[in-house]
Amino acid sequence: MKYLDEYRDPALARRLVEEIRRSVTRPWVLMEVCGGQTHTLVKYGIEELLGAGLELVHGPGCPVCVTALEIVDKAIAIASIPEVIFVSYGDMLRVPGSHSDLFQVNAAGGDVRIAYSPMDAVRLARQNPQRPVVFFAVGFETTAPANATAVWQARREGLPNYSMLVSHVLVPPAIRLLLDSSANRVQGFIAPGHVCTVMGYQEYEELAGRYKVPFVVGGFEPLDLLEAILLLVRQLEEGRAQVENQYGRSVNRLGNRAARSRITEVFEVVDRNWRGIGPIAQSGYRLRPEYAAFDAEKIFGVEAISAPEPPECISALVLQGLKKPVDCPMFGTRCTPSTPMGAPMVSSEGACAAYYQYRRHTAPVGAKT
Amino acid sequence: MSSPIEFTCPVPLGVKDRIVLGHGSGGRLSAELLRQVFLPFFHSPILNRLDDQAVFEIKGVRLAFTTDSFVVKPLFFRGGDIGSLAVHGTVNDLAMAGAAPLYLSAGFILEEGLEIETLRRVAESMGRAADAIPVEIVTGDTKVVEKGSGDGLFINTTGIGLVPEGAHLSPALVRPGDLVLLSGSIGDHGIAILAEREGIEFSTDLASDSAPLHGLVAAMLAVSLDIRAMRDPTRGGLSSALNEIASRAGVGITIEENAIPVREEVRGACEMLGLDPLYVANEGKLVAFVAPHAAENVLAAMRRHPQGHDAAFIGAVTDTHAGLVMLRTPFGTTRIVDMLPGDQLPRIC
Repeated sequence: MKYLDEYRDPALARRLVEEIRRSVTRPWVLMEVCGGQTHTLVKYGIEELLGAGLELVHGPGCPVCVTALEIVDKAIAIASIPEVIFVSYGDMLRVPGSHSDLFQVNAAGGDVRIAYSPMDAVRLARQNPQRPVVFFAVGFETTAPANATAVWQARREGLPNYSMLVSHVLVPPAIRLLLDSSANRVQGFIAPGHVCTVMGYQEYEELAGRYKVPFVVGGFEPLDLLEAILLLVRQLEEGRAQVENQYGRSVNRLGNRAARSRITEVFEVVDRNWRGIGPIAQSGYRLRPEYAAFDAEKIFGVEAISAPEPPECISALVLQGLKKPVDCPMFGTRCTPSTPMGAPMVSSEGACAAYYQYRRHTAPVGAKT
Repeated sequence: MSSPIEFTCPVPLGVKDRIVLGHGSGGRLSAELLRQVFLPFFHSPILNRLDDQAVFEIKGVRLAFTTDSFVVKPLFFRGGDIGSLAVHGTVNDLAMAGAAPLYLSAGFILEEGLEIETLRRVAESMGRAADAIPVEIVTGDTKVVEKGSGDGLFINTTGIGLVPEGAHLSPALVRPGDLVLLSGSIGDHGIAILAEREGIEFSTDLASDSAPLHGLVAAMLAVSLDIRAMRDPTRGGLSSALNEIASRAGVGITIEENAIPVREEVRGACEMLGLDPLYVANEGKLVAFVAPHAAENVLAAMRRHPQGHDAAFIGAVTDTHAGLVMLRTPFGTTRIVDMLPGDQLPRIC
């Protein structure tokens, strides 16, 4: 397929792999931040190709996985209100809250619908003026412009029945948290290509400068990731800590200005709780006060819902790269995609789910299904 | 922050206490429902085989017997409609036992308010599909439910067919060394339906592959009776069909990603929507497990038949990794092809 097969060419991949193996003279630990990148790496078995000198750890960039338990509980509470049409991206539906998930809300008589775009929810609000329509706005900076635009459009049209449950999270504060941790092992980062398409990569230049850690903005196809790994290895071997852009066909330094200005117009930065990690200061978006009339938390009175997350699984260690999914005693036994015990098992982009789906045959004894 | 981050985790979900959509996906939830709710009460060694059809002998004649319900939305789509699908689906379940279809029943659950013209179009399509096979629809039933209690029209068809002498097909017969043959491109039906439902436009005319497979099966059995098992990879896609065989036969299966035919439009739609063609439904394809010595002949017979001209070897049965389906990527690495817990869900980004 044009524009995809070029980035999945096995012969070119072999050349990049050889080049990486030639460049590595000592062990390095790299992190791909984004769940989409994890999915590709695990699906294509790229780690298998790289040799022993390189370790890839899988970052916290799976929006479904890190959405706080309390937000999922709020979503379930709102979706359970009679007459509400609750609209969500598909992979949020299976995410377990404290006691239920959105599929079960639907089964119990709720009206939960899957959308590909937040504008679908605006259309539903137009078509169903008598019913409240709530969009579940999760995701990193990537989905923020479209979600912001949907609220902006609803306000412009004066749709009183449209609202949004916002749970946006931001990548740079999470990376800062990892780098501040005394247990950090990560020496170089593949920065998330789609986040940078929107935001640019100036924020990563600050991080690279402050922590003396290299970043390569990477795409999502196998060759993108191999090239990003090669660029990172070269920086590490040469002792450089810069930001390089492998994903130039989509990303420029300043990002998409129109998208960024729409985000700023609609959202403001707040502290957010991350599932499996905990609170991170200034790490998310919420609606600005001017958009309070569209804030589902306020409209449906669910602001006070909180949900403590009992310490059971090792997800935070996985999300920091301190443990591999297969190191967990529950992996593949008590914890599977059908019965997720922790954040990284709930979405196919989560590190544990990706390992379970594609690589559990590599798990040690005791972690089999 | 200077210490390692505290780790936390959500409470696990218990067993589901209501039916969710995933129970109808043909994936792991469907299998659990069968095992936990039905099998404990239905006492039948034939049912316990969990084949797509029951095969039994009456007075020296071996018959195949199967039933299927059709709840597709929209009712009419490019390449077919609920009526033709209801005929093809049941005929294909019979064909997967090697059987030639004899008779069908048709049950209709109609929602109050359904236009009679719509029902007439569906009936006409069913009749045309049955005549083309040919198979007779010999009995039926109609029920009407109140508005809101159904979704326009549901159809159930039951079929009975004759298993030819010498044909013995069952997942239990699949052995290491057998080769895996696929009759054509995967994902056409599921993506055509999704495109129709979501209003996605393609530059070419992607249509459902809905078609009867009894003719292709007869052509295959005519060249060799050493076909061990067949499946039509409907809901849950090729992945579910292969996983079922691997777990029933207690063998491993390894397939080659490059060998699996997928149309450009299907690949493109799957990329856009975050879906994997291995999990997308088909309604006119089959996957066959064939003894190695017979495989070339069977493949040639498939390619001579209009329903199988894109047939290909896609892999082999192994005595390693029992119960798992592995896929070799073009990069020379391998990964698991898992059975999904429920329906495939589009990803956020």
